[in-house]
Amino acid sequence: MIQVEGLTKDYGTRRALHSISFDANQGEIVGFLGPNGAGKTTTMRILTGYMPPTEGTAIVAGYDVLEESLEVRKRVGYLPETVPLYNDMTALDYLKFMADLRRLPNPKERAYETLEMVNLSDRANSYIGTFSKGMRQRVGLAQALLHRPEVLILDEPTIGLDPTQVVEIRSLIREIGKDRTVLFSTHILSEAQQICDRVLIINKGQIVAEDTPENLQSRVLGAERVILRVRGDADGLADTVKKVKGTRNVTAKSDESIEFEFSAGQDVRPQVAKAVVQAGYELLEMRTLGLSLEEIFLELTQNNTSNKGHGGKS
Amino acid sequence: MRNIWIIAKREYDHYFISPIAYVVAFVILLTLGIIFAINLFYYMQNSFGGFSAAPDVSPIFGAFLFLLVLSTPALTMRLIADEARMGTLELLLTAPVRDFELVAGKWLGAMFYVLTLLVVTLIYPIILNQFVSPGIDQRVVMTSYLGVILVAASFLALGTGISAMFTNQIASFFTTLALFVFLWWLVGFPANVITGSGAELFRYLDMQSHYYDTFSRGILELKDILYYLSLIALGLFSGTVAVEMRRWR
Repeated sequence: MIQVEGLTKDYGTRRALHSISFDANQGEIVGFLGPNGAGKTTTMRILTGYMPPTEGTAIVAGYDVLEESLEVRKRVGYLPETVPLYNDMTALDYLKFMADLRRLPNPKERAYETLEMVNLSDRANSYIGTFSKGMRQRVGLAQALLHRPEVLILDEPTIGLDPTQVVEIRSLIREIGKDRTVLFSTHILSEAQQICDRVLIINKGQIVAEDTPENLQSRVLGAERVILRVRGDADGLADTVKKVKGTRNVTAKSDESIEFEFSAGQDVRPQVAKAVVQAGYELLEMRTLGLSLEEIFLELTQNNTSNKGHGGKS
Repeated sequence: MRNIWIIAKREYDHYFISPIAYVVAFVILLTLGIIFAINLFYYMQNSFGGFSAAPDVSPIFGAFLFLLVLSTPALTMRLIADEARMGTLELLLTAPVRDFELVAGKWLGAMFYVLTLLVVTLIYPIILNQFVSPGIDQRVVMTSYLGVILVAASFLALGTGISAMFTNQIASFFTTLALFVFLWWLVGFPANVITGSGAELFRYLDMQSHYYDTFSRGILELKDILYYLSLIALGLFSGTVAVEMRRWR
């Protein structure tokens, strides 16, 4: 559905994208992660036919974005970062206008149906200028969904929304992504973790990692970290744990808890539990501290220049 | 072509919710009404002597064109500049719409608005026709209308083209106004001072002379029609190029 090969974009003398390549298949939700200014919006603008690349090719829904831009634009739904709305139009009129431009049959019915999809049909005849941020975002999303596109490109679709709205939009994206290709950008990493089948991490115009959220985690991790909590005093607990073979970096965290690590694939938790109980402690809790995407992200983007060891296709 | 129509229709509707369109309509129609009333009154005062010339529509058209030079920039300034500022240009440029269709649609929408104003002015020749026997010169009315439509279309096309070059409406307004003042009033002056082929060139560029030498006298000449058509083409073409350039930067 989306095939990007060696895509490069220069703004004047500044190079915003350095020859990036990736694919996205049908029914796949791909998260595009990166700090501000990493090149997410630039990539999306190229894929939607808004601007041409300096070098490289991008095939979207089977058409080249440069050679057959109009064909690509017919098949792509795009929600830009600044939601493009006409405040002087009602939600229904706005969608009807876009449906007309896209030559959809029964534009009015289609506009109404799409408003129902984003839960806005009760405000169909209200002016967009009176809408809250979350409602505007949903109208924008409706605009992108209007023609039931094969490929959906969403630039930070949940930015500036309140938590309930964020949950709504996320579940909507998941729903849509079942039979379409969705590429969406975000800098909220937990969001990518929740929605995406695959994550592309982009930094300074380069893709520094590409994998499922789970694989990224274990790849960066290399070791698992465990927190251990007992009732009462944890004096000497660290020494007990240290004696178990395979534990590393044992540190006291508070009066009643310690943390330790073990190498991925060598789970020593049963032995630790046994040793702790045998030493007379009352074991309350033992759980692994998964490395969050935040940490993976920092790891990848900060080491990008000095160490590309973590990178997938960079 | 259908896209041009869809964009034009939205633009036309938009004029009727924007204060600028009402202000322009108010100023133009009020001024024309006053000029018309004064002319008619003057004619009635003198006609009993039997030596006054029959009133004609030329003062109305002259005033309309004068007001058009000043008000067209206000009508075209936001056409594309505001879409760029609001971010909605990104919507239109990623929809299956050609850049030319966007520019032409915007121009056509503005054109429909000015045509609406022109329809209102039809009342003046109709009233005048009642006062004059055996009626006013229909031919002059028709060629004048055609001329005014062509001048308005040229102004609007150039204004649309300039609007595509800016993101700021005010910058768009003053650039357009400066161009119109130049083409309508200033460029003809050198033709009176110098002689030779240079004078011919300046005379040819002068927008006023193409209207007053022929259309306003009931004459139709192909060269004048072509002159205005080429201005329209120039405006729409430069607008399309400006939109394309936005994509590249």
